[in-house]
Amino acid sequence: MSAADTPAAAAPRTRRIIPFLVFALAIALLVATPFLPNYHIRVINGLLIYILLGIGLNIVIGYAGLLDLGFVAFYAVGAYTYALLASPQFDLHLPFLLILLIAAFLGMLTGILLGIPVLKLRGDYLAIVTLGFGEIIRIMMNNVDWLTGGPQGIARLDKASVFGIEFARPVEIYFLLLVIVFTVAVLVWRMEQSILGKAWAAIREDQDAARGIGINTTNAKLAAFATSASIGSIAGVIFAASQRFVSPESFTLQESVLIVLMIVIGGIGNILGIVAGAAILILLPEVLREFAEWRILFLGLLMIVLIIIRPAGIVPRSFGPDKLIRGLFGK
Amino acid sequence: MLGTIIQQTVNALTIGSIYALIALGYTMVYGVLRMINFAHGEMFMLGAYAAFLALTLVVGDIGAVGAIGLTLVFFGAIVAVGFVGVGIERLAYKPLRNSTRLAPMLSSLGVSLSLVTGVQILAGPQPVGFPSFFPTTRFDVFGGTVTLVQIGILIAAFILMFGLYMLVNRSRMGIIVRAVSESRPTAQLLGINVNMAISMVFFSGPLLGAAGGILYASYYGIMSPTMGAVIGLKAFTAAILGGIGSIPGAMLGAYILAFVEVGGTALLPVVSGGVLGTEYRDVLSFAILILVLLMRPAGILGEPVSEESMVYKREF
Repeated sequence: MSAADTPAAAAPRTRRIIPFLVFALAIALLVATPFLPNYHIRVINGLLIYILLGIGLNIVIGYAGLLDLGFVAFYAVGAYTYALLASPQFDLHLPFLLILLIAAFLGMLTGILLGIPVLKLRGDYLAIVTLGFGEIIRIMMNNVDWLTGGPQGIARLDKASVFGIEFARPVEIYFLLLVIVFTVAVLVWRMEQSILGKAWAAIREDQDAARGIGINTTNAKLAAFATSASIGSIAGVIFAASQRFVSPESFTLQESVLIVLMIVIGGIGNILGIVAGAAILILLPEVLREFAEWRILFLGLLMIVLIIIRPAGIVPRSFGPDKLIRGLFGK
Repeated sequence: MLGTIIQQTVNALTIGSIYALIALGYTMVYGVLRMINFAHGEMFMLGAYAAFLALTLVVGDIGAVGAIGLTLVFFGAIVAVGFVGVGIERLAYKPLRNSTRLAPMLSSLGVSLSLVTGVQILAGPQPVGFPSFFPTTRFDVFGGTVTLVQIGILIAAFILMFGLYMLVNRSRMGIIVRAVSESRPTAQLLGINVNMAISMVFFSGPLLGAAGGILYASYYGIMSPTMGAVIGLKAFTAAILGGIGSIPGAMLGAYILAFVEVGGTALLPVVSGGVLGTEYRDVLSFAILILVLLMRPAGILGEPVSEESMVYKREF
């Protein structure tokens, strides 16, 4: 698969064919989705939400190199923000866009609140503290019944509506998600290219050296936590609006782990990789639905094999969106 | 009052012993490979299933086995799981030894998923009743109740942990394991067979975890394919609390965690005046874990770490 295996003459052509194929496939899927049955659209919506989560978590893991195993907490913050502000729970019915802003802000706040105490931790230690943080949030959701409805969760959430247009049917949610995922992906990709993104890369490669050349690692790390958390929170809002029901069951440790796996299997630090990883881990179990629990066994074994044969992920960091675009338009 | 205290203490010691057996596996693997083995909770589950399989298929009726038979089943099952552990290391972790540090960890997640689903396919996803390995005799101690099962668990756990202590501190194999855990490259330069040490760790860790699983299943009388996840997380917490990589730390952490849990269940509703119910005991455990990690990242008995030594280059 590496450039060394292909004959030198054929290399430029393959480099153009693969982006074209990927691009054509993506466009075909995007255009075809609205015409599929509702069930399939729901699966695609789930995929898009996971891509959004992956893009968010990738900022902390892939760009800044900090392993966060409690990401699902921010997802929960967003989902419960929507559930509390747009449901009969407290009889509040705020508009969708306002809630989206509030949730993004609250997510950012929780991200910073988690970020400050763990600034000094790295590696496995950071992973474990974030894991504990995620579990605490989940147990709280399960038990603060007067606020979150406990294990039963909160039901009968409002339909999302933006400027009088309602987003309730799977197709409508699909279009909403498409706009949000695309916007977030472009913003995050630009962030990665910005000076802040370069600071993250420096921290990832060698934090002490980064500090040495005058990067304020505290601010850069907090920015990574805040951005990532607010994207997770936004994903939570859309998840809640599309399910119109939230319960602690959706925010377990397994969920956090699934998102990490998605990123690593797809290609860490690369938005295209996240799309590939999400496609494998979310779509494959759906495609193999008739095989019941055998598909989960298959998925587990596939995970091991993929990590062994492609440690850098399906789409390595070096093949980012810029390469794809350059490949498409011939430089 | 005295009876209640004794009873709760024995409860905490029982649960703590089971946590300790599992926590040892996490800490030894971490000590040697610097890897969090997420599949370790599944060894605990496999232990219970292996013993159940041996009892129902090979032996037939549990009443007819007798104490010696049960002991044989117990050791047969845990040794079998030990070999499973070695096999898993060879297939899923060894190829990744020179990869990034995240890779074997994620591979272990794949192993965990595969094992849980495999058992679900073979034995069914629903919980199964587990025959007790001990007679259900109860003792009355100053008004509190202590069961023979609990005493049996304490004795079995003590023997196993003492065995591990002797193995690590008093045997040639233990020296090899400790040398590799100190520094793998140096041990290799000195001509130590690193693979041997790693296999040893992946044999004894799952063996102890499986023993914990059998004891746990016979304490609660039930087992299920997903039992490893929750208890695994608890034991993992205990290992971190005590200082991951440290064997006495894992034991200490396990007993501290068990006392916090039992104490939390008994005291939280009383202390908070009914605001916080017993369900908050896990919040309490994790809060203590986070506080310890923030103040002393290496855990209670772990080697002190500086911020710089927390990260090894080529993390991702």
